Amino acid sequence: MNIYDTYEVVIGLEVHTQLLTKTKAYSGDIAAYGGEANTHVSVVTLGHPGSLPVFNKRTLEFAMKMGIACNCSITKVNQFARKNYFYADLPKGYQITQDKTPLCTNGYILIGEFGKEKKIGITRIHMEEDAGKSIHDLDPFYTLIDLNRAGTPLIEIVSEPDLRSADEAYDYITEIRKLVRHLDICDGNMEEGSLRCDANISVRKKDEKDFGVKVEVKNMNSIRNVKRAIEFEIKRQIDAIEKGETIVQETRSFDGINGSTKSMRSKESAHDYRYFPEPDLPPLIVTEKMIDDVKKEMPALPKQLMHKYIEQLHLSVYDAEILTSEKNVSLYFEELITKTKNYKSAANWIIGPVKEWCNTNAKDIFEFPLTTNHLTEIIQLIDTGKINFTIVTQQLFPALLNEPNETAEGLAKKLNLIQQQDSSLIEALAEDALAKYPEKVAEYKNGKKGLMGLFMGEVMKMSGGKADPKIATKILEEKLNGG
Amino acid sequence: MKVDKQLVDKLANLSKLNFTESEEQEIIKDLNKMVDFVDKLKEIPVDGVEPLIYMIDETNVMREDEVKMEITKEEALKNAPLADSDYFKVPKVLKKK
Repeated sequence: MNIYDTYEVVIGLEVHTQLLTKTKAYSGDIAAYGGEANTHVSVVTLGHPGSLPVFNKRTLEFAMKMGIACNCSITKVNQFARKNYFYADLPKGYQITQDKTPLCTNGYILIGEFGKEKKIGITRIHMEEDAGKSIHDLDPFYTLIDLNRAGTPLIEIVSEPDLRSADEAYDYITEIRKLVRHLDICDGNMEEGSLRCDANISVRKKDEKDFGVKVEVKNMNSIRNVKRAIEFEIKRQIDAIEKGETIVQETRSFDGINGSTKSMRSKESAHDYRYFPEPDLPPLIVTEKMIDDVKKEMPALPKQLMHKYIEQLHLSVYDAEILTSEKNVSLYFEELITKTKNYKSAANWIIGPVKEWCNTNAKDIFEFPLTTNHLTEIIQLIDTGKINFTIVTQQLFPALLNEPNETAEGLAKKLNLIQQQDSSLIEALAEDALAKYPEKVAEYKNGKKGLMGLFMGEVMKMSGGKADPKIATKILEEKLNGG
Repeated sequence: MKVDKQLVDKLANLSKLNFTESEEQEIIKDLNKMVDFVDKLKEIPVDGVEPLIYMIDETNVMREDEVKMEITKEEALKNAPLADSDYFKVPKVLKKK
């Protein structure tokens, strides 16, 4: 047996997400990412004496949305706390956070394959503020400070130590990212740091009851790197234990270039944050009505949509997963299925041609030039036999992309793509076709049924490819079998 | 509570401050005086009295999420001990390897 298989891995994740509010958590200056250095600031952000924070209502709404989406209890009486530490990118000398009364507690999310999901506990979600940015490599003698980000609202989502592998950790962050994007509370961009993840990792022998010593890993700026860092750390810890070394409780930093972690600081020199209640911000009392109001504003969540698509619309798990993987795709699909009842076809159009357009043009589905009305029309045109599927994908759909102001049917008519459904016209064509091959008709009547293809081909040729094949077949059969 | 060298060292470390030996002795003396002064409050019985955190009784003081820019970059940098035209400048935080 592989030595690594004799260990169990225990992982808990702390995810910080920057909220997409217009202004900061405790002051009215802009909270947008980037901008010229030190322009998104206020006296509160700068920590000037006498300045007082005032809480941003939307921070609470966004944090509650995430809490509700993660099946948490919402705390009724909320206090803020000061977490004291001295660092140049934190001008006040303390971070305003929540310590003893996190807004959301005791929830869970589901990860993994649909129908076989694993429940991962959410210990708490609390509201706090971000620090500014330190720039170490621009000036040879000084560290430069940009406070644009200081005071930006964050929520910290702390999981239970329920994750048992790097893959589960990957699935967990993917799900968190999907949720915050779906709720429109964070853009989920790990590269720009609007979603950040710290991992607490320990290993223990499989029969061991107590947790091993945990190591915290930071600085993983993509979901893939979270997985890499955890994989490295698991191996490092097991190798150390196997060599008879002891794991020290410490913080380690991930190096994306060589995929390893190295020690940042040990717990002995750990901070003493001296938390105490923030007297400048009065308590927040969350009422049932406030919770209900937030619930009303929330969109259906990806998991709920999965259930709907699979159980009510009878789509495959694969289709449902693609349709719920991005919020805008599910919004587009939701709109489309209010207009057509052919759900399978609606799903196929989005998963096929529409997604292909998005991928080729590297664009979001909201920039897709055709409306759900166009797709509804296209589905209807095919379902009623007015135009065949191949002609739509090869001719009508590309043409519509160039002329999205046209209706699908209007453009199909212009391009002469509508199938001939007038049975008297098709009947005339059928008669002509049969008259052309009297011997073949005789052979057919003698049992050579394969000749039907020849007659059909002739009818299609004479109609310029537009005769509705179903109607043409029916008429030809009537004529051949009846007479 | 007694303020000693160990406590002052710890606080100095947390605040990133440095003192000379004689300064530290002065600080220990001063802080002990302050603690003694505040200790007088302990003479008052406070059993069953909730700690007072907030000076006002109000709750849910919130503002709408509306942008209000009140100071410029130039104003922001003006009071800093050290700055260039864009950034605050502080002693190197990371040590050279």
